[in-house]
Amino acid sequence: MAPKKLGLKQRYAHMTRGLDWETTYQPMDAVFPYDTFEGIKIKDWSAWEDPFRLTMDSYWKFQAEKERKLYAVLDAFAQNNGQTGVSDGRYINVVKLFLTGVSPLEYQAHRGFAFTGRHLRGAGPRIACQMQSLDELRHLQTQIHTISHYNKFFDGIGEFPHMHDRVWYLSVPKSFFDDARAAGPFEFMIAIGFAFEYLLTNLLFVPFMSGAAYNGDMSTVTFGFSAQSDESRHMTLGIEVIKFLLEQHPDNLPIVQKWVDKWFWRGFRVLGLVAMMMDYMLPKKVMSWKEAWEIYFTEAGGSLFQDLERYGLKVPKYADVATEAAEHISHQNWAVFYQYSHAAAFHTWMPDKEHLDWLSEKYPNTFDKYYRPRWEMWAEMEKEGKRFYNPSLPQLCQVCQIPMAYTEPGDPTKIAFRCTEVAGETYHFCSDGCKDIFDAEPEKYIQSWLPVHQIFQGNCGGATVPDVLNWYRMNVGADNMDYVGSPDDRLWSEWHAAKTREAV
Amino acid sequence: MSVQIKTIDLEPKRQTFGHIARRLGGDKPATRYQEATLDVQATANFHYKPLWEPEYWLYDTRKTAVVMEDWYKPLDPRQFYYGTYNIARANMQQAVDRNFAFVEERDLLGKAGEAVKARLISGLLPIRHLHWGSNMNMAEICQRGYGTAVTAPCIFSAADQLGMAQIVSRIGLVLDGQSGSSLDAAKEAWLTAPAWQGARRLIEDSFVERDWFRLFVAQTLGVNAVLLDLVYRHGEAAWGTAGLTVAMLTEFMADWRAEEGKWSDVVVKTVAAESPENLALVSQWAKEWIDRAEEAGRPLSVDLVGDESAATAAADAARTRARGLGLTL
Ligand SMILES: [Fe+2]
Ligand SMILES: [Fe+2]
Ligand SMILES: [Zn+2]
Repeated sequence: MAPKKLGLKQRYAHMTRGLDWETTYQPMDAVFPYDTFEGIKIKDWSAWEDPFRLTMDSYWKFQAEKERKLYAVLDAFAQNNGQTGVSDGRYINVVKLFLTGVSPLEYQAHRGFAFTGRHLRGAGPRIACQMQSLDELRHLQTQIHTISHYNKFFDGIGEFPHMHDRVWYLSVPKSFFDDARAAGPFEFMIAIGFAFEYLLTNLLFVPFMSGAAYNGDMSTVTFGFSAQSDESRHMTLGIEVIKFLLEQHPDNLPIVQKWVDKWFWRGFRVLGLVAMMMDYMLPKKVMSWKEAWEIYFTEAGGSLFQDLERYGLKVPKYADVATEAAEHISHQNWAVFYQYSHAAAFHTWMPDKEHLDWLSEKYPNTFDKYYRPRWEMWAEMEKEGKRFYNPSLPQLCQVCQIPMAYTEPGDPTKIAFRCTEVAGETYHFCSDGCKDIFDAEPEKYIQSWLPVHQIFQGNCGGATVPDVLNWYRMNVGADNMDYVGSPDDRLWSEWHAAKTREAV
Repeated sequence: MSVQIKTIDLEPKRQTFGHIARRLGGDKPATRYQEATLDVQATANFHYKPLWEPEYWLYDTRKTAVVMEDWYKPLDPRQFYYGTYNIARANMQQAVDRNFAFVEERDLLGKAGEAVKARLISGLLPIRHLHWGSNMNMAEICQRGYGTAVTAPCIFSAADQLGMAQIVSRIGLVLDGQSGSSLDAAKEAWLTAPAWQGARRLIEDSFVERDWFRLFVAQTLGVNAVLLDLVYRHGEAAWGTAGLTVAMLTEFMADWRAEEGKWSDVVVKTVAAESPENLALVSQWAKEWIDRAEEAGRPLSVDLVGDESAATAAADAARTRARGLGLTL
């Protein structure tokens, strides 16, 4: 009798988890020292359903093919000076924000998934995590190679790793990922695998890529398409992890719920940068932040949580606050960068009339009432030669590290402040969401490397703004300040003039 | 005469990123390997101590006893970044697929006879578990190590080890008519057969190694250079009439060893050459792990070739190699 042939699933199991064994010369708890302290209970790792079935040979083949195509486009883009074909010179500032703020997170994800790819006790999830670790390294490296060409012509890009570790607003994404990586392996999987890659990915990754498509950035959009199949693998891993944890033991539910609440809020705060990018920085707009929030969080997230309801999981705490804030955050963030343009590594600009009209239309409840008057006032001041800069250093939220400029839920005229006292020290927060996160783990968040505190403590190159900018390696007069009149602006205008001359 | 397409020449403001230019000693065009690798890991201003290891920062030079003034000295001679790495492996994998097709079409393993098949199941297939353990170690070094120059090739190496474990598994599936029974038998051998217990103990001991560079030495000079070479190179005689077939089906492993060895040798050599203290540590680690691997390989050698000669030959070759890297053994 011929032996019974394996089905695909069994074959894959032999190729992956079948390789694993229970160690006996060393205790399993010594081999996997980190997967118990968070209190997550796993009864049976073998119940893990592989979210995708890729063996290394098909991974290599598939990824190599994508890389060949992507690099062909990047080479062609550089050869044909594709950067001259984007919608407007202002667009490049989106690319700057991406490389300084987001790409280093890809690197952190790479190392973080190497950690879970070694330290989760189940072999199935380990392999999926290792593939994601490889993918995230890919994302970092292909983003560097994509943006490398822009760096040859535009300012504010060339010191991205140095800036990511130092500049005030970049501590927002940096501390977000440091937080996830400093957490245990299960929390990391919920924070990054589920909250970031599944729940919020359409509000982070996708807006940048759609923005690139709308604004003629052919290299970034090609990267985006090329990364799409990686991202869908990451999403299936994220959703499998949360279901697996919830199925394994009822005691996991409150822990997972706490993490979902926390990482939803933490992620939402980081997304404020994306909100501003969508509403203010894209010369050709894709959609407003509010619209994106409605589609990707309220609707898509809503049905996701309906699906997860059977495990007892609830919609994240403060989701309603975030939805209300979708009316405000982009305007409040751009106003912060406008005031602190001298200390930012990308350019800001005053929205023109057409842009203000678009915002009025997209935000009928709030824009004309609260934000348009401010832009018009600042435009007036610009005209009088009194362009407004804020000379003081802002107070930062101890958790999300964003300057305290967000307003009270339901009252956009009042700045929100919260605080907690620990061991005689007062800590400040931008919101109830951030305060809750702090109160749950004060020992962690009192450690925050807050850029403004660090400046006051003399750890950032000196006491004056020029000292600090120098320490940031910011090329003053090129990297910072308004777009209008910047070297970027002059270069763009030259190219544009040359193009018009040729056309005549 | 040549065809000349006119393109617009725009003068770049700069050739590369600031951190790359500082390393190149000026603003010069950089390679993709350099831009993708140098200084991309964070080095400063970490926010929180990890809950799982509060004595260190996430990236911390103190996680190994060796000290480097700059962890971007040990560069990869293959200049691998993600794209070139995957393309290189996809090409190697094409040869694997051709070889498997060749062997399967001609039923070369089926014709080898039951005795040889049994030999392969107990003597070759269990090595897939050693590859899997090696995968765990390389993932560990990637997460725990310092500096992308070393850590990025480690995740590539982890993937390679998994890939090789899967190639060995495919050999098993050819042997057992795609039923998986040979893999079950080989796992049993890995867990209980005396021939494999030395290897299993060695790799399990490496799992609890906390010093990541010591683990790097253990893995590359102990596991790879002694145990993998013992089976794939010095133990060939064990496969009898199937020797050539096995050589074909494990061609990937031979090519990989030659290629990855170039990289791991540069890393060990560069770190050892940094200081007398490093040299003493790396030499001591290399000696210890080569000795342990030889010890672990003896019963395997006896099982495969009838005496300890394959273990001795592999360990001696590893020692010669280590001396060639400047280590004092
Ligand atoms: Fe990514
Ligand atoms: Fe991802
Ligand atoms: Zn906050």
